Amino acid sequence: MRLAFAVAGALALAAGGAFAQQATRTGPAAPELEHGKAVYAHWCAPCHANSMGLAGTNSLTIKYEGTDIPGVLEDRTDLTAPVITYFVRNGVAWMPPFRRTEVSDADLAALSAYLTAPLEDRGAHTPLLADEMAEMEAAR
Amino acid sequence: MDESAFAAFLNDLRGAVGEDWVWSSDTDMFPYRDAFSPVWNTPEEIQASSAVAPADVAQVQEVVRIAKRHRVPLHPISTGKNFGYGGASPNVQGSAVLDLKRMDRVIEVNEERNYCLVEPGVSYFDLYRHIQERGLKVMIDCPDPGWGSPVGNALDRGVGYTMPQFRDHFGAHCGMEVVLPDGELMRTGMGAMPGADSWQEYPYGFGPDPSGLFAQGNFGVVTKMGFRLMPQPEYYRTGLVRVPRRRDLIKLVHHVNYLSDSGMVSEVRFASPLSALLGDPDFAALATKLGGPSDAEMDAAASAAGLHSWAIDLQFLGPEAATAAQWEYARDRILSDIPGAEALDGDHFALPATEAQLENDTQPYPTAIRRKGALGIPSLGIWEIVRDDGHVGFFPVLPRDGEAVFEMQRVLGDASREYPLPPYFSAVTAPLFWHSNTFQMVFAPSIRRDDPEHNAMVHRAMKHMVAVAAEHGWGDYRAAPIYQDDVAATYSFNGGALRKFLEAMKDAVDPDGIIAPGRGGVWPARFRP
Ligand SMILES: Cc1cc2nc3c(=O)[nH]c(=O)nc-3n(C[C@H](O)[C@H](O)[C@H](O)COP(=O)(O)OP(=O)(O)OC[C@H]3O[C@@H](n4cnc5c(N)ncnc54)[C@H](O)[C@@H]3O)c2cc1C
Repeated sequence: MRLAFAVAGALALAAGGAFAQQATRTGPAAPELEHGKAVYAHWCAPCHANSMGLAGTNSLTIKYEGTDIPGVLEDRTDLTAPVITYFVRNGVAWMPPFRRTEVSDADLAALSAYLTAPLEDRGAHTPLLADEMAEMEAAR
Repeated sequence: MDESAFAAFLNDLRGAVGEDWVWSSDTDMFPYRDAFSPVWNTPEEIQASSAVAPADVAQVQEVVRIAKRHRVPLHPISTGKNFGYGGASPNVQGSAVLDLKRMDRVIEVNEERNYCLVEPGVSYFDLYRHIQERGLKVMIDCPDPGWGSPVGNALDRGVGYTMPQFRDHFGAHCGMEVVLPDGELMRTGMGAMPGADSWQEYPYGFGPDPSGLFAQGNFGVVTKMGFRLMPQPEYYRTGLVRVPRRRDLIKLVHHVNYLSDSGMVSEVRFASPLSALLGDPDFAALATKLGGPSDAEMDAAASAAGLHSWAIDLQFLGPEAATAAQWEYARDRILSDIPGAEALDGDHFALPATEAQLENDTQPYPTAIRRKGALGIPSLGIWEIVRDDGHVGFFPVLPRDGEAVFEMQRVLGDASREYPLPPYFSAVTAPLFWHSNTFQMVFAPSIRRDDPEHNAMVHRAMKHMVAVAAEHGWGDYRAAPIYQDDVAATYSFNGGALRKFLEAMKDAVDPDGIIAPGRGGVWPARFRP
């Protein structure tokens, strides 16, 4: 179940602005954000996608409960490149840091560009790999 | 090693792999520390001095030769996600991590002959995507976290969640390519025969097969590895059987052994419905009682609560009619032998599963099965169970027998009571059936980066549990570098003949002791006391 539906009420109350903008989250990302979105899909989405039961999304949703900051990283409009770099290279709690062989500096820059771009340029939420593949299979 | 010698070593590495792929600064080395370490920031934490990331086999060979020349220990990792077992950290302070993540080619997936051949940096996510995008009709078997690799996971003898012959990942490997400690390149099995097209079909070739030396070992750097794959099954089915009394576990285990060893079931999950009562302090006190509760006490608690003592979640993969017949057979077999046993039909559907089926919310009863893993679909959903800043794991190997389960519950339950930790072992602890032919139990206390006292307690508890378990013939299957000597020491038959044999080979094959010295408890002469 997608988180947006499960906690839509809470999000709508707490983050009216961000939630309203979810309507614009369809289609592909702007071409210059594609690389960053692919980095997000590969390295971040497995824990931070817009889905239930993910350690990253759940804990950020709890952390920011009662504020207008959304739990889904891809919906954040307050992140900056230094903050993103810090968390990718240092981790936090049980999120381990990522090595340069995993997320290169170029990947990190692209990821930062994606996560700091206007929401309407980011396109649809990134699906979990399993869901992306299930959809692909269903379309066959 | 002095500063100039270290600089010369790094310089040679840069010559081999390029300026951009050698690191030694604290910032760059931070992600190579074990983020789940119970000895974080203490003198016992073992940290690498540097990391080098080759792009291909020739560069790996060159790096090994350089390390040999400079006599610097190398610690090879594939994807380096070994959390709970040391992360990417080495056994020797100041080692250089040989990070193979850049070598990430899926070399072949064969859907007629059901195998794959991959490089070390290929993650389960990568392999799954590769297969799905091409519509290949094979299923992988993955551990819970999808970011690890078939090569790294198998070389630490990791486990997954499908049929027995696939979920023992080292057991399911077939053929490897290895860079030896002198930089030479070797292939095992049919890979040793020029022109053979059966490298991923016959693992042995001819003569002694050394492939076991590279798992939890330090005899070389694996650069390619083949794995057997299950043909994509047509259908998936689950069913639950519950048995009323505590001692019914003994017969239940025998039946499940029969079903599993006959190839009729995929991974199964044992559970005790009584775990639901652990929130009740009286029941918790009973289940964790020193010396263990009596069967009668546990049976009384079960009937008072109207719960069964044990349950087994069965999973079937295959043609629809076959899964139906296997479930019917399993159900009848157990119900006709254990009075009061009951069976519940679970979910069943054609594969591949839809998104909704992957969510696993249509199962008619509560289940611990994680549907994605059960269907070979990698994810990171498991991170939900991680507490605090991570954990360390001790997973003792246990005979596949109900009496042995009761004994481990009691012995390790008593031994762990002095530590202020959740009850990993109690009268309702069920065995894990991960490896194909044995049980295990789990001891995985959390660590807290900024609570050294807690971590020190966990560290003591880990060592204590390893020692107590060994007194009863239960050994760990896998351990972080900081525990590998403790665990290896428990495999001590005949004055440690096994370790002596391995160390004699180590000295012969790696006289400079440069490949992961200490890994698996095997130390080269240079590092032995
Ligand atoms: C919440 C949680 C759940 C987990 N669930 C599972 C599970 O279901 N099943 C499971 O098996 N594990 C599990 N683990 C443990 C671990 O995360 C995985 O086993 C993971 O796959 C190991 O990391 P890796 O694949 O990146 O291997 P790596 O870290 O790359 O390798 C592991 C070790 O093998 C050796 N090695 C690796 N590559 C080479 C090479 N090419 N040549 C020589 N030696 C090499 C090295 O000593 C290395 O340290 C879990 C951990 C956590 C925290």
